[in-house]
Amino acid sequence: MIEFDRVHKAYLVNGRSIPALQPTNLSIEAGEVFGLIGHSGAGKSTLLRLINRLEEPSGGRILIDGEDVTALDQHGLRRFRQQVGMIFQHFNLLSSKTVAENVALPLKLAGELDRAAIAERVAELLERVGLAEQAGKYPAQLSGGQKQRVGIARALATRPKILLCDEATSALDPQTTASVLQLLAEINRELRLTIVLITHEMDVIRRVCDRVAVLDAGTIVEQGPVAQVFLHPQHPTTRRFVLESEHLDEDSLHADFEQVPGRILRLTFQGEATYAPLLGTVARETGVDYSILAGRIDRIKDTPYGQLTLALTGGDLDAALARFEAADVHLEVLR
Amino acid sequence: MLEQLLPNVFWPEIWQASLDTLNMLAGAMLFTVLLGLPLGVLLFLTGPRQLLEQPTVYRLLSFVVNLLRSVPFVILLILMIPFTELLVGTSLGVPGAIPPLVVGATPFFGRLVETALREVDRGIIEATQAMGATTRQIIFSALLPEARPGIIAAITVTAITLVSYTAMSGLIGGGGLGDLAVRYGYQRYQPDVMAVTVVLLLILVQILQSAGDRLVVHFSRK
Repeated sequence: MIEFDRVHKAYLVNGRSIPALQPTNLSIEAGEVFGLIGHSGAGKSTLLRLINRLEEPSGGRILIDGEDVTALDQHGLRRFRQQVGMIFQHFNLLSSKTVAENVALPLKLAGELDRAAIAERVAELLERVGLAEQAGKYPAQLSGGQKQRVGIARALATRPKILLCDEATSALDPQTTASVLQLLAEINRELRLTIVLITHEMDVIRRVCDRVAVLDAGTIVEQGPVAQVFLHPQHPTTRRFVLESEHLDEDSLHADFEQVPGRILRLTFQGEATYAPLLGTVARETGVDYSILAGRIDRIKDTPYGQLTLALTGGDLDAALARFEAADVHLEVLR
Repeated sequence: MLEQLLPNVFWPEIWQASLDTLNMLAGAMLFTVLLGLPLGVLLFLTGPRQLLEQPTVYRLLSFVVNLLRSVPFVILLILMIPFTELLVGTSLGVPGAIPPLVVGATPFFGRLVETALREVDRGIIEATQAMGATTRQIIFSALLPEARPGIIAAITVTAITLVSYTAMSGLIGGGGLGDLAVRYGYQRYQPDVMAVTVVLLLILVQILQSAGDRLVVHFSRK
């Protein structure tokens, strides 16, 4: 479990103190995938690096399983960092070393295993990330997705309890992103590893995270389970991220509203309700006509969900609303 | 045929001078790397926003390096004479030439090493730090291996600079091909001797450059 207790960070630039992270309380449960989303400069990278003290906090305490890591001395800090894996946007592999040597590096630095044991562990890790064939190659000979897999294998080498992901998929194409995220989800499940990831893409959050915090100008403006934050965003920044991920923008959506008569509602289904034939049933029974203005059926991690924006005309409108209210869906009347 | 073309060239003397040049080069290069590599690493580490940022140390080292680099080598040769005598017991011949060569080349090489280390992606240092590496481990396991092609290129450039420095050391009785060129080629006006030494120096420089280039390519994995 990772706890931030009034942690803040400011950088000294030309003698002036520039705040990067306002005093923040945050708690990340062991074994969960926690996402931090924010635009560049929102402080997410700082927040992530405070966890393994690549950035020193200006104040506050960071507790990992109850231990205050801000109080660790150099030796303690090194021991602690060996229990925290980290992967990076640009992979940060050593170009002068082979895939196997890169994965072996954290084990060599830790100095706890002999050569044979390291070789065995490296083989096991490369097998796990599907790169057993590439062991003797140099990073320059690999694709972006393969490089990130090497990064993941390297980060897992010392059997860490926490994995920090710094924009791990931002440099990858959509297909590779999907496979890397899938690998992260598998690792989280199989190794019961806590994953903290930062990203500027809501899609990444939606696919792998259990909970999410939204950062804006060094402050967490919203946090909660992904489904809640994603389907019912409260803060304007969160709303923008959600719309961006659906390739919509609020203005054009409202322009569409001008084109249709009747009431406009947004229905949100989750889980089993996604598959129920609710819309047709209600339309038939109450005689309303509907047109769909926007809609999406997808998954948040493993949970299916649907979100439809409808215009309703004719029939018994109040009865239809009552039927929707009664069903297992979330209803918002937009007009 | 060869004797008619090069009437003044006495081959055993050319051979001896070539050996002297190679000895000076090898000796000077060895000590330059031994001193310059740590100097370069120290310059890099104490520099602005680096691992062991130490503005005072960095400025001091920088000042000394710049000072030594701004002294023309011929003047350094003369200034170094008492110090060389103290160090190796003579200021003449190959042993007498090595200390000024090392003092002349080390600051230059140190700067080149510093530059090569700066070329290493900061992300790699960060990744190694995140693994819990000590500063020593970061230097030996990440920085130096990653900068290896750059350091080899720095050695090549320094070796070639040393070749031209060895030619000047003839001035203080250092021996070698440069000395031969000055004494026979210039002072006795024997252009054939001059030509032979220049050709030999040219060949030496070519060999050094292409060997260095090959090594750089061999160790570049990018």
